[in-house]
Amino acid sequence: MSPQPQAAVGAPLSRVDGRLKVTGQAKYAADHDIDGVVHAVIVESTIARGRITDIDIIAADTLPGVLKVITHLNAPKLAYRDNPVTFPFPGRRLRAFQDDAVQFFGQPVAVVVATTLEAAQHAADLVKVSYEAEEPATDLTRSPAEDGPPPFAQPYTRGDAQEALGSADVRMDMTFRLSRNHHNPMEPHATIARWDGDKLTLWDKTQWVIGAQNEAASAFGIPPANVRVLSPFVGGAFGNALRTWVHVVIAALAAREVERPVKLALTRRQMYFTVGYRPAYEYKLSLGSTRRGRLTAMTHEMKYETSRYEKFWEANQALGQMLYAVPNVSQNVQIVPLDVSTPMWMRGPGYGSAAFAIETAMDELAYKLHIDPIELRLRNEPGEDPSTQQPFSTRRLRECFRVGARDFGWHRRNPRPRSTRDGDWLIGTGVATGCYDVFLGRANAHARLDADGTVVVQSATHDVGTGTYTSMTQLAADALGLAVRHVTFQLGDSTMPPAPPQGASQTMASVGSAVQDTCDKLRQQAITLAIEDERSPLHGVDAKNVVVRGGRLHVKGDTARGETYRQLLARNNRTHLEARGSWTPEENSRFSMYGYAAMFAEVAVDARLGLVRVRRMLGVYDAGRIVSPKLADSQALGGMVGGIGAALLEHTVTDHRDGRIVNANLADYLVPVNADIPDLKAVYLDGEDYRADPIGVKSLGELVQIGVAPAIANAVFNATGRRVRELPITAEALL
Amino acid sequence: MHPFSYTRVTDTRQALTAGRDGGRYIAGGTTLVDLMRETVERPETLVDISGLPLREVTVTRRGGLRIGALVRMAETAAHPKVRSLYPVISQALELSASAQLRNMATIGGNIMQRTRCTYFRDVSADCNKREPGSGCAALHGVNRTHAILGTSDDCVATHPSDAAVAFAALEAQVHLLGPDGERHVPFADFLLKPGSTPNREQALRRGELITAVEIPALPRPLKSGYLKVRDRQSYEFALTSAAVALHVRGGVIRDAYVAAGGVGTVPWKLPAVEEALVGERPSDRLWAEAAGRAAGGARPLQHNRFKVELLKRTVERQLRTVGDSK
Repeated sequence: MSPQPQAAVGAPLSRVDGRLKVTGQAKYAADHDIDGVVHAVIVESTIARGRITDIDIIAADTLPGVLKVITHLNAPKLAYRDNPVTFPFPGRRLRAFQDDAVQFFGQPVAVVVATTLEAAQHAADLVKVSYEAEEPATDLTRSPAEDGPPPFAQPYTRGDAQEALGSADVRMDMTFRLSRNHHNPMEPHATIARWDGDKLTLWDKTQWVIGAQNEAASAFGIPPANVRVLSPFVGGAFGNALRTWVHVVIAALAAREVERPVKLALTRRQMYFTVGYRPAYEYKLSLGSTRRGRLTAMTHEMKYETSRYEKFWEANQALGQMLYAVPNVSQNVQIVPLDVSTPMWMRGPGYGSAAFAIETAMDELAYKLHIDPIELRLRNEPGEDPSTQQPFSTRRLRECFRVGARDFGWHRRNPRPRSTRDGDWLIGTGVATGCYDVFLGRANAHARLDADGTVVVQSATHDVGTGTYTSMTQLAADALGLAVRHVTFQLGDSTMPPAPPQGASQTMASVGSAVQDTCDKLRQQAITLAIEDERSPLHGVDAKNVVVRGGRLHVKGDTARGETYRQLLARNNRTHLEARGSWTPEENSRFSMYGYAAMFAEVAVDARLGLVRVRRMLGVYDAGRIVSPKLADSQALGGMVGGIGAALLEHTVTDHRDGRIVNANLADYLVPVNADIPDLKAVYLDGEDYRADPIGVKSLGELVQIGVAPAIANAVFNATGRRVRELPITAEALL
Repeated sequence: MHPFSYTRVTDTRQALTAGRDGGRYIAGGTTLVDLMRETVERPETLVDISGLPLREVTVTRRGGLRIGALVRMAETAAHPKVRSLYPVISQALELSASAQLRNMATIGGNIMQRTRCTYFRDVSADCNKREPGSGCAALHGVNRTHAILGTSDDCVATHPSDAAVAFAALEAQVHLLGPDGERHVPFADFLLKPGSTPNREQALRRGELITAVEIPALPRPLKSGYLKVRDRQSYEFALTSAAVALHVRGGVIRDAYVAAGGVGTVPWKLPAVEEALVGERPSDRLWAEAAGRAAGGARPLQHNRFKVELLKRTVERQLRTVGDSK
């Protein structure tokens, strides 16, 4: 087949679903209008550890409009089969009202179902729960770590890091602390559940319709085929909708109990209890180096929080192993089980936390050795992956720094802290590396070309704001030689061809490659139909010499000879052509595949008042081919905003006396507002990575947040001479 | 939220009757509705006073300013008289909340707003303000944002209003109308320190209605301004703040009006700082010396010790900013 001309891919298209969104027509989970729907409100625990001794539901139950109050005392026993498909955090997942145990503050202990939301809310407040409370442990720094590594983590060694540290010219020992962060998407979690006999339909906020399908099926002991999950629009998630949480099961349980469709939307406060968070970390990092800045050793000792009922894990080891050419490395990872709910992967999981420690440490070393921090990184740039000895598919970090330094004006920087002032403000600049895996998964798609020359492409993928609708439309349009407006991409339905969860930045590469394959097949079908059709002007032409543009097949180099899809299908009495396609990543790629970024930040610090304001940021990304530049920018700028939040503002605060989260709202849990966001700029290195996948993309959505916080922290040091190893950086650390 | 009844009143007489019968006044609703949703507030009757004729800003006979209780925050901040005579009020208002909230919230409601103490707003926590006698979870809990001045063992919550800090600095009066007639209360006496009754927050009698806040005629020229220190640049309550107004004539400070926010259980007037300024010539040394007296009597808690130093620096910075301005 001849390669198709690129027209839509690479064009700065606006979101194809933008009009639906800004006119309120995009239906998010709670927006679906389901006949006969009633409302559920969760009652949550007010202790963090102990037993429920009594639940008084009389006042709630007798309130007009209330249909049922469900607690562990009257809930049916659910099947809760093992579910090998959803994410394996070893342990026993939180169940809906199956026993009297309270395992964290804010755990659902009852649900009220009523004909109106108001009645359900009022009744929920009338449910009186009595407890036998035990003293909870919720402080990472004051509780013992579990013996042995968490799942999927391995103590890692190469060389002899202790010996190398001991004999290093320069040795630095640092402890970093990261506070717990919550995802806080704009759209709260919501589910509408409807049973039709033993078939369940869920309208759900999710980043994984197939995950939700399997979890609901296993909870109720029904075949996955009996569950359909719909999630056409998701208002942000950042990882917290990758898992199907207990409230989804509660909604379905309530619907079954009252024999009506049930809508359950979490309140903003409840969003801090049961839908995960980025765990708090304590990260001890030691490094050894020559005087000329060649790293000789790094040791990483990290511990982070998890619940007592599940062992959370995330990819916090990769950066320490592969980012720099360090001959001697040791890593030890531990989890600290606490009376808290289970964490969940949050944008750039593991990598982001590790990057703060590693990239701040690199800045500290650069300062100590009087080496420019970019130069220090370049001196330790590996030629191959130091952890696997594999060649990199592409690694253009040097170029990221070169382009970034030029665009940012890095050469004007004075490396001496407190050397630049603007009135009461000290000005500083900082830099850090960002890096994230090219994570890939098997994906499938279906495409149907109709007689009117339009196409519908489907895959059970998701668009949590990432722009999947748009980028897949662009890929399909080019593969089929159609205008963007003649392509409709559909997603978010578990009956569509399976696709991976929308996490770990894998959608563009994985689903994109499947869409490419599917549309290539469909185009090939049309071409074959034409060249085998005696009545077609393309009859007898070699398929390799046929391209499609603007819905018209023609001979390459001879646009006059050809015909449109519409003519071809009409003449052949075909209502449509359709194709199924898929893409499966190589089992054992021989390449080490990562996306890279150079992050630059300029901050102003009012040291007298302890204020930090980011003045500008630049990210330069080696992310492979950029399919949809405008949406890539939305990702990149959003990643910087998220990074600014993590660096300066975001901190879930727990009162360790009773395990209560004290800032479970958006007034007290601070995320950046417009005024905090200055001039942000994203630049993408031109190029593709066809070793990673057939469409040449790497990964972007996580990459763009990793390295932001250390770049800011390093800029704060340059401004003030104050090294802060704890996030967020607050006024009291700088006064 | 619990069920409630709702009535609108169109004249003050109706309002007072409804208020005397236990109705809660509601205007912009930006605080009360939030708290009702969290079931912190459970009023049985809401009396909507938005229709009352209390929406004027007028210059008083003596040259002060009378701001009607129902003038919106945004309207007050933008009012030409407020801007020219008392920029400290405009600035305090514009650094408050968000544009949307300022378009709804009224001046009367602003000074009536309740604390942002997270334990007060979480009905499952102990709070003497919400539930007298239950204890104060903040005293030994998470108290980074809490008060260091005017606290008691029963309550350490700050008063959240910025405008109230400006009003306290300028020695405003609160005009009240009740079943027993009209009275004027000095701002310093209107908001109450918690003592052993933190549930009593204002010197209001049953059914009394705020009709206006009056700023007295102050000597002119008067330079003034508001500084708010907070973790994020907008839409956050103050860690510390300072309202400063200075009357300088012949190179000497003749009158000084200074109050601090974010640090007190009520807007915290700083007479010791004012005294140190009056009769002196502006200088960086004077600002530092005077501001050094800002935290007298401070009683910091476990997580808010930094506020003692931050308060002094905030006051110093704002004295300099106002004092050095033309």
